[in-house]
Amino acid sequence: MDIISTRNMSRDFIEDVLEKTKKMEPIAKAKKQVDMLKGKTLATLFFEPSTRTKLSFMAAMNLLGGTVIGFDDPRTSSVKKGETLADTIRVVEGYANAIVIRHPNEGAAALAAKFSEVPIINGGDGSNQHPTQALLDMYTILKEKGKLDGLKVTLAGDLKYGRTVHSLAYALSKFDVSFVFASPPSLRMPRWIVSDLKSSGISIKEIDSIEVKSDVLYLTRIQKERFPDIEEYQRVSSAYILDEETLKELGEETMIMHPLPRVNEISPGVDNDRRAKYFVQSFYGVPTRMALLAMVMADI
Amino acid sequence: MNEELKVKKIENGIVLDHLPAGKSPDIMKILGVDNQTEETISILMNVSSTRQNKKDIIKIEGKDFEDLVVDKIALLAPGATVNIIKDFNVVEKRKIKIPDVIDVVSCPNPSCITNQREPVKPRLLVEAADPLKVRCYYCERVFNEHDLLEKL
Repeated sequence: MDIISTRNMSRDFIEDVLEKTKKMEPIAKAKKQVDMLKGKTLATLFFEPSTRTKLSFMAAMNLLGGTVIGFDDPRTSSVKKGETLADTIRVVEGYANAIVIRHPNEGAAALAAKFSEVPIINGGDGSNQHPTQALLDMYTILKEKGKLDGLKVTLAGDLKYGRTVHSLAYALSKFDVSFVFASPPSLRMPRWIVSDLKSSGISIKEIDSIEVKSDVLYLTRIQKERFPDIEEYQRVSSAYILDEETLKELGEETMIMHPLPRVNEISPGVDNDRRAKYFVQSFYGVPTRMALLAMVMADI
Repeated sequence: MNEELKVKKIENGIVLDHLPAGKSPDIMKILGVDNQTEETISILMNVSSTRQNKKDIIKIEGKDFEDLVVDKIALLAPGATVNIIKDFNVVEKRKIKIPDVIDVVSCPNPSCITNQREPVKPRLLVEAADPLKVRCYYCERVFNEHDLLEKL
């Protein structure tokens, strides 16, 4: 089994992952190792920088009793010498029971899966997908709201290049949700994704500023390099910042999420608000990835 | 008089019929026809047709069906037919259909892994034929006929 994209995941599969994540949560909280994946090896191939994804996969594998090998700087690997991804995968599959891959090109994980005999987990492929992030986001919403159906979810910031919001939108679309997509016009959700979501009967509203009355407000970083000049960037990005002032407008039960790292989208003054959930969200990366690792390597 | 008769019959070769009106220049490009081409080629544009109102026809002397990149032609002219001519007679008619998977056109997303020197063919899954809608199996992006034409 590979974990490549939330687009093709069924509601049943997602619910199964969330159920297994719940069972892993006490182990992750206790930070006490079990031997479910003892003797197994996970390879983490990070062709792009990562902190949370890589560390939480390492922590998850460690907690399940397994070993992690890999690299996080392609400049020191054979890729620098011009090796194709297909070759790298065919070599590494001989060393590991599963492979997590993050790569700057869209479709890299699907290509890896084509060449690999061992399960591939997509840790982010270009601007396409980041399915494990979406699953931990779903778990966070489920934990905090007690349900996934009947929610109004605002995804805000860079919706064009943000792979986390692409994956989350597809995953949530398997449930009865409505979306508000809040972004600058130049960073709107890709048309084909909007079209896919609408074809599943999902209601979508696209706006230019943050919708503060949703059940979930999911903020993402707008990168400077997406804009031709710094003034334009500052003007546009200021509409997607949550600070103490905008917090006053926020719905009483609106939970605030962010895949992190943040730069200035959420001011530190928001951190202690009861609605701020981004650090607990980050923690849920560990039990979610434990569940996924156990599913692909131990067939639980 | 039948418009098709304005052009001489070919002895051996193929006739691409029921091409959408105005598409023949693009199809000639796919066929690789240029000023180095030696075969005798007749192009009829905007011919009256009962089935299509207007259509284009291309006749190529001496070309075999196997010489055609049918899947590429199908992108521009789904529903066209290829008549195979032997000794001035139509010996076979083949309908051009859009395949379920297109591997003769690269993914229009320049950042797709299939455009990065990897040992894989493109894999564009056809989700709808008319209007054309394909999705790259790898990068998952969706493209239309216009996107693909630029890659032909």
